[in-house]
Amino acid sequence: MRQAALNSVYEIAKENENIVFIGSDLGPGVLEEFKKNIPERFFMEGVAEQFVIGFSAGLAKEGFIPFVNTISTFLTRRCFEQITIDLSLHDLPVKLIGNGGGLVYSPLGPTHQAIDDIAILKAIPNMTIVCPCDAIEMKKLITASIDWPHPMYIRLARGGEDIVTARTTDFQIGKGLLIRKPLKNLFITCGAMAQKAIKASDNLLEEGIESGVLHMHTVKPLDTGILKKWLPLVDNVITVEEHIRSGGLGTSILEFCNDFLPSQTKNIHRIGLPNKYVEHYGTHDEQQVFYGLTDENLTNAMKEMINNV
Amino acid sequence: MNILNSKLNLAAQKITLDDRSKYLRSLVVKSLLGAGRGHMGSAMSIIEILRVCYDSYIKHFPNDANNDLRDRLILSKGHGCLGLYALLVDKGYFSISELDSVGSFNSILGGHPEHYKIPGVEASTGALGHGLSIGVGIAKALKMKKKNNKVIVIVGDGEINEGSVWEAAMSASKHNLNNLIVFIDYNKIQSYGFTSDVIDLEPLAEKWKSFGFIVNEVNGHDINQIEESLNQSSEDDRPKAIICHTVKGKGFPFAENNPKWHHKNNFTDEEISLLKEFTNT
Repeated sequence: MRQAALNSVYEIAKENENIVFIGSDLGPGVLEEFKKNIPERFFMEGVAEQFVIGFSAGLAKEGFIPFVNTISTFLTRRCFEQITIDLSLHDLPVKLIGNGGGLVYSPLGPTHQAIDDIAILKAIPNMTIVCPCDAIEMKKLITASIDWPHPMYIRLARGGEDIVTARTTDFQIGKGLLIRKPLKNLFITCGAMAQKAIKASDNLLEEGIESGVLHMHTVKPLDTGILKKWLPLVDNVITVEEHIRSGGLGTSILEFCNDFLPSQTKNIHRIGLPNKYVEHYGTHDEQQVFYGLTDENLTNAMKEMINNV
Repeated sequence: MNILNSKLNLAAQKITLDDRSKYLRSLVVKSLLGAGRGHMGSAMSIIEILRVCYDSYIKHFPNDANNDLRDRLILSKGHGCLGLYALLVDKGYFSISELDSVGSFNSILGGHPEHYKIPGVEASTGALGHGLSIGVGIAKALKMKKKNNKVIVIVGDGEINEGSVWEAAMSASKHNLNNLIVFIDYNKIQSYGFTSDVIDLEPLAEKWKSFGFIVNEVNGHDINQIEESLNQSSEDDRPKAIICHTVKGKGFPFAENNPKWHHKNNFTDEEISLLKEFTNT
């Protein structure tokens, strides 16, 4: 997914001379072709993330469209003030591509695990937050982001995710994607949790239980239209995110219900991470198992919800 | 040598202000009294820097504030905004009557300047350490577009405690931004007290030099010295830093070098009289 994102930035940069790429101190060889063929719009500015955000703001103020890329936690935690003031207060069209959304950097510990990035950025006015689920959707997002007039955070998952969207699937920033229609049971996901929910939905179907999957790639602004259409029809809703349960997608769905469908609030169960620093290392898969971000756990959680009604 | 006893600092303390400098300070006093509070000392120390920029150096268009041909001036030490408001009023960006409403509910003028509210304000500042990074981005963008506009960033001496300023400084020289000029308002007093007590900046000129800047040091209340420094022609591709030795609260003996006037509120009748007296308003 990261490759798809960065390659797409290069592709659009070849066509649009206002597009610039800014990295901090990324791995060797990142976007080598970009650097070789368009060196004047390729910047590697060093371990100076606060500066990088202000720099991108300055470039954007003069008409460039900057794509900034570094590790998510460095963007969201270290640069909170720069993002809030330099980008969002000035409402500039800078794209922040965050590596390692969620538990991707499992062995690297709490400094690198972006489990709070959505919560941090959701508090910022004018900010758009998009968590694509696969490489095809990522490509569409990068293309669509060129004309998006506000600051945007693009959350990268691990990479190599199963492709669950098609080239023909409609993609619009700010519009949810109903991957599987629900009758009474619905998973609402963001990022690569869509794949987990699709598998859970398959598992349930094998047991004769229907469920839908609503992929909210754009967590902010929330697509209230699609929620108003589908939420009133279902009895059981499980939100799934590789993020702390407080402040992320699930919280947004609860807030939406509180505002528009108060009676549905009790029918929402949020699956995500506790508001704690991650204690273990290991692989990404091990972490996902530990925190219940598996299709088996989603399957069981939905059955339990159905049985408790 | 203690920086407070340096030749330029002593010269800044001694220099007498002319009528135009006093008039511009009277506009600051007007907004201070309008708001009932404000960063008085921080505004008074940058009046001559702003005056020279707007009177004789930068291209700017009061009736068309966003004109592409303008030079970009960012007041990174946003708390000095009453000084900037004085120059913008003087040049006709907005009406003088706005100064009476600084900080009131519907005013366009707040205690820190906002880009989308105030014509002529290039960037919203207030949190310190942001303006130079934005300025470097603008300067780079202008170079990429082969434009000749200049970028001026005014930073405070307390402000440059922020690490982000030095991140930006490194990049400014990396990109050979000789269209960028950084003014350092070296009044030697930050909010808590003297910079030499809080966190000593010396050797300040050497710091900027080592970050790849051409460095000039001037009496920041001497308009000729500031002008000369700005107009010094050079084929050099380095950005320029002009360290301006200034006096916090300059022009008001009771406030000069007095940390209590960094930000002031609850003016007494006597203080109001003194503020008016020293600007002949």
